[in-house]
Amino acid sequence: MEFLTSQILSGISLGGQYALIAIGYTMVYGILRLINFAHGDVFMVAGLLMVYMSTVMPIYVSIPLMIVLTVLLGFVIERAAYKPLRSAPRMSVMISAIGVSYLLQNLALYATGGQPKTYASIPWISNTIHIFGAPTRVVTVVTPILVIILVVLLTLLINHTKIGIAMRAVSKDFETSQLMGVKINSVISATFVIGTFLAAVGSLLYFTNYPTVVPMSGALPGLKAFVAAVFGGIGSIPGAVIGAFIIGICETLIKGTDFAVFSDAFTFALLIIILVVKPTGIFGEKTTDKV
Amino acid sequence: MSDTVLEIKDLYVSYGGIEAVKGISIDVHEGKIVTLIGSNGAGKSTTLKSVAGLVKPKSGSIKYKGQELIGLSPDKIVSAGVVLVPEGRRVFPNLTVKENLRMGAYLRKDDLTADYEYVYELFPRLKEREWQLAGTLSGGEQQMLAVGRALMSKPELIMMDEPSLGLAPLVVQDIFKIIKTINKAGITVLLIEQNAFMALETADWAYVLETGEITHSREGLDLLEDNTIQEAYLGKSKA
Ligand SMILES: Nc1ncnc2c1ncn2[C@@H]1O[C@H](COP(=O)(O)OP(=O)(O)O)[C@@H](O)[C@H]1O
Ligand SMILES: [Mg+2]
Repeated sequence: MEFLTSQILSGISLGGQYALIAIGYTMVYGILRLINFAHGDVFMVAGLLMVYMSTVMPIYVSIPLMIVLTVLLGFVIERAAYKPLRSAPRMSVMISAIGVSYLLQNLALYATGGQPKTYASIPWISNTIHIFGAPTRVVTVVTPILVIILVVLLTLLINHTKIGIAMRAVSKDFETSQLMGVKINSVISATFVIGTFLAAVGSLLYFTNYPTVVPMSGALPGLKAFVAAVFGGIGSIPGAVIGAFIIGICETLIKGTDFAVFSDAFTFALLIIILVVKPTGIFGEKTTDKV
Repeated sequence: MSDTVLEIKDLYVSYGGIEAVKGISIDVHEGKIVTLIGSNGAGKSTTLKSVAGLVKPKSGSIKYKGQELIGLSPDKIVSAGVVLVPEGRRVFPNLTVKENLRMGAYLRKDDLTADYEYVYELFPRLKEREWQLAGTLSGGEQQMLAVGRALMSKPELIMMDEPSLGLAPLVVQDIFKIIKTINKAGITVLLIEQNAFMALETADWAYVLETGEITHSREGLDLLEDNTIQEAYLGKSKA
């Protein structure tokens, strides 16, 4: 019983971390119809930034600075690698995204020299506590709460603020949004800023559970968060969040059984099943390809 | 005589080498309804999109109250007081009626209460459907919303691209009534139509555009009497 409780708790927590990455995928897809392959690697860079900065400055400085620098990275990637291709075929932008992904991995390889880098132990959230008798870390409890708060704030932003309404308008129709006076590029940048901010927060929670960061650290969580976004219906924020929690919980529960080695395979089997059975995901709209 | 507010001169626009607009000149006088009629592919939408800043002309000039609009971004043109109701209405289907109106006032920072009321007064049907998604409205209601949305920017010049397209005759009459009402309220109108009859009846001045060139320019009702125009655009043969 204690074992199961702790498994479910870690599953929810892992799901919350995936959710923070998945929102970035789904928002960028919603507005640009682009699968931002570099998103997982930005998440990894956030981890490395924390590794380097926490050795030279106090944690309460390095955490906000890490978040700011990661957001800046997301902003710069969009401006440098995607914006110039705004009227190019979508495939070109996808290829550019793959290019950015490998670029970040290679830069990370260069910076780390291929050595795994020890992640800082963040005070308080790394502490051990007991929930219903099951030992776990504070981060396990903090993650879902923080995710819910952030998702509620994001939903309020998208539903009730001017920039949020503009984001929804731009996601449907660039040209008409421009006729309203919307600067498309600012709205797209805002989308990347929000997505990267959430991924940076997610990296803090995620890497606290892992001893080290390596250049490939973003690949698998990025891919799983992407599957979560597809599962929930890519373009839909609630879909991405629910998809992420389901994947996080299933993955953790499978890890606790004799089939632990198949936990990753499960996620991708799920992707294939979804694509075959319901390609639009749980909350997805019918594919309305942009003209 | 009223002043010319919009002055298009020798406008050339091409899409990848193919000329869509070939040196047209149009004057729109303040407070008037001016129409630009012409068959499909004549270059009407291209002309309006050039004014709105959505396409970059090859050469020529578009002056609004003396200010050159070519080279300005669409948001600057909206700020200057020029708004386009695009062809096919293009309401945001995933936004509510009210949110669509809110988008129309995107660049404004002042209070919008009176403007919502004004639009709802013009289009009571929109008030009833305030919280409905625009994608679920009928074609006529979407056109009303598109016009209402444009009014939310407090324009001085409103350009409409085929507002009657695909609408039932009764709804078309409503739309033209609204156009006159808006005009009486002091807004200059530049109207594009394939439905030449209604447009010529409504307009103070009319231009005929054929394959990128202006071929006629007369008072609206005058043009309505013209035999060649009747033949080409009103489906009547020479009596
Ligand atoms: N985006 C575009 N790319 C290429 N050609 C275009 C584009 N838009 C319009 N055209 C061409 O320009 C010409 C004028 O089109 P348009 O201005 O839409 O005419 P109208 O509104 O009078 O029907 C047509 O021959 C049309 O095929
Ligand atoms: Mg047209």
